[in-house]
Amino acid sequence: MTTATQDTRAGDASFAGKPLGNSGRDAGWARERETGHRSGRGDGERLARALGLFSIGLGLAQVLTPRGVTRAVGLEDDEGNRKTMLAIGLREMATGVGLLTRQHPTTFAWGRVAGDVMDLAVLGRAFRSDRTDKNRVGAATAAVLGVMVLDVIAGQKLSHSGNGVGAERRRQGGIKVKKSITINQPPEKAYSLWRNFENLPRFMAHLESVRVMDDRRSYWKAKAPLGATVEWTAEITEDLPNDLIEWRSTEDADVPNSGRVRFVPAPGGRGTEVHVELEYDPPGGVIGATIAKLFGEEPSQQVDGDLRRFKQVLEVGEVVHSDASVHRGLHPARPSAETPPLAPRYDGAPS
Amino acid sequence: MRALCWEGKRNVRVENVPDPKILNSRDAIVRITSTAICGSDLHLYNGFVPSMEKGDILGHEFMGEVVEVGRAVKNLAVGDRVVVPFPIACGSCAMCSRDLFSLCENSNPNSWMASKLWGHSPAGIFGYSHLTGGYAGGQAEYARVPFADVGPLKVPESMPDDQALFLSDIFPTGYMGAEMCDISAGDVIAVWGAGPVGQFAIASAKLLGAERVIAIDRFPYRLRMAMERAGATDIINYEETSVLETLNELTGGRGPDACIDAVGMEAHGHAAMNAYDRAKQALMLETDRPLALREAVLACRNGGTVSVIGVYGGFIDKFPMGSVMNRSLTIKTGQCHVQRYMKPLLERIQKGEIDPSFVITHRMQLDEAPEGYDIFLNKRDGCEKVVLKT
Repeated sequence: MTTATQDTRAGDASFAGKPLGNSGRDAGWARERETGHRSGRGDGERLARALGLFSIGLGLAQVLTPRGVTRAVGLEDDEGNRKTMLAIGLREMATGVGLLTRQHPTTFAWGRVAGDVMDLAVLGRAFRSDRTDKNRVGAATAAVLGVMVLDVIAGQKLSHSGNGVGAERRRQGGIKVKKSITINQPPEKAYSLWRNFENLPRFMAHLESVRVMDDRRSYWKAKAPLGATVEWTAEITEDLPNDLIEWRSTEDADVPNSGRVRFVPAPGGRGTEVHVELEYDPPGGVIGATIAKLFGEEPSQQVDGDLRRFKQVLEVGEVVHSDASVHRGLHPARPSAETPPLAPRYDGAPS
Repeated sequence: MRALCWEGKRNVRVENVPDPKILNSRDAIVRITSTAICGSDLHLYNGFVPSMEKGDILGHEFMGEVVEVGRAVKNLAVGDRVVVPFPIACGSCAMCSRDLFSLCENSNPNSWMASKLWGHSPAGIFGYSHLTGGYAGGQAEYARVPFADVGPLKVPESMPDDQALFLSDIFPTGYMGAEMCDISAGDVIAVWGAGPVGQFAIASAKLLGAERVIAIDRFPYRLRMAMERAGATDIINYEETSVLETLNELTGGRGPDACIDAVGMEAHGHAAMNAYDRAKQALMLETDRPLALREAVLACRNGGTVSVIGVYGGFIDKFPMGSVMNRSLTIKTGQCHVQRYMKPLLERIQKGEIDPSFVITHRMQLDEAPEGYDIFLNKRDGCEKVVLKT
């Protein structure tokens, strides 16, 4: 019922318009693409291929002799560690193949960086355990850090070379998410709930608050990964009642972002198709975004959840909760002693 | 309150947990008087359904007395006696407007999880994993019932719990299985599985005018119940005879006009195929063992209907699609849209056309629920259906 694409094609500067047949409004939306400096490309690819072969070799060793590698890096040889080693081995092999196929080497290069971060987390835990060989864990950590430097270099060179997704992210300002949902209500109702931006935190889980400053500007506060908060001023760049709203952050934003939502009558009286496109520059660039994903902050899933809650508010008057969903993160399906404060019903919804 | 909690594979315990509270304005809190263990609870019990959390309260067949209502609930009052349908449905989305309540678009807060596994998400369900919402279940002293203005049905004072309880799931589920067969005069219907849902599929096929209804199972006591209580005209014990040959024999070589799979993902069968599916399931190469479904497809007459009400969770292997396509079979399936059937089936009970309590073999206290699971799983003591009283 919802559809999503997280755009990863290189050079698709006009992504915003095509599927919606609305290209006339796109000119200001997609940023102009710079021409790349190509010098780093050959180096980056050579390094990526070397790292790819290294990944496959290490992965094979981990998959074939998880016990040997577990001991070699100083971890305790138990069932759990062997399983972790097997999983890491499979990941290494997948990354290696990805680097060598040269379809999206940049993605896989940054994937290796993310993998390094995970490995460091495992080793960090091993350091705190009293059942591990500290010398070996230290040597393994040094090795991972060393390889990580190469991984970052490869990722950066590939990203600068205009080859692959990282390049696009740098030029065009980061992550793009497209999602849509159909709501059993007329466009006017969907538009008016969204257009009063102070309603957005009702259904957008990561927004803390939005304060409308005047008829074009509003002040947004959002939760960022790892407990951080980001704030910015947004201005409306286009507003067609019951049809389209476009906004972007003003220049001083920590996390430059822009968004656009269209309300399209669904065929055969099926209500309204809501098409959302968001674009933002995550703090820390691509590395920041990749690390955020590791902590479960997957942008496309966030927007999917936001749209489903938007639909709930319009169709049933409030965000629907289960015993587990009122809590952040995992919680068993049972009542809890303390219930977080829940939003009141939305007055504009059908009774 | 006391509640039956899932603590891991084949490990359930009755624990003290906080009482439920109103979370949404259309909620009601129900003090449960009767609740039952469903065959699909055994899939959770056996650990075949992903996304279970330690401490989840199980149970989706329950009834009781309303003790609190949210401020947007106008049709129920404290003191009303209600039976609660297992799918949670808002009543106003596109699917609910078409009476497809088990596909409600608003009741599953974990729809993203279900969408990843199944492509799109169905409705939320009480006590039935986090894929279907993470709602606390009804094998407890109290339950929070969302959209209480849509689902719960008031039960007449004169009707005992034992007759009304199964309107929550298994009677409507069996009935929908028979209804999907589009039964007309002279039709022969074969039903795989003589568990509680199979019994109601058999009884419903008779109510809807089937000429013959053939029950297939491996437990003689269940086949006896199918014949003596549900109204099956013929029975096949698949451990004693070949199902396909016997069905051909019973239908003059045509095959049954419609076949109902009331077994689902944990089917048993003959040695070779059974071993094959058990091995694949153990290696996680398939999640479900579709032995009954394969047989139902192969048995069905040309142009007939295969109605699937047994629960499947993920992926199956060796599905005879060639048979389905080349012989113009129709497959109909779904979690029951219970809200659609509760009222008409309540009327059938009132008219005396059926007494659903015939499937009950065990009445126990909620505190004995872990023993109830074990008896039901292992078919001990002639177990067909366990009802728990609080």
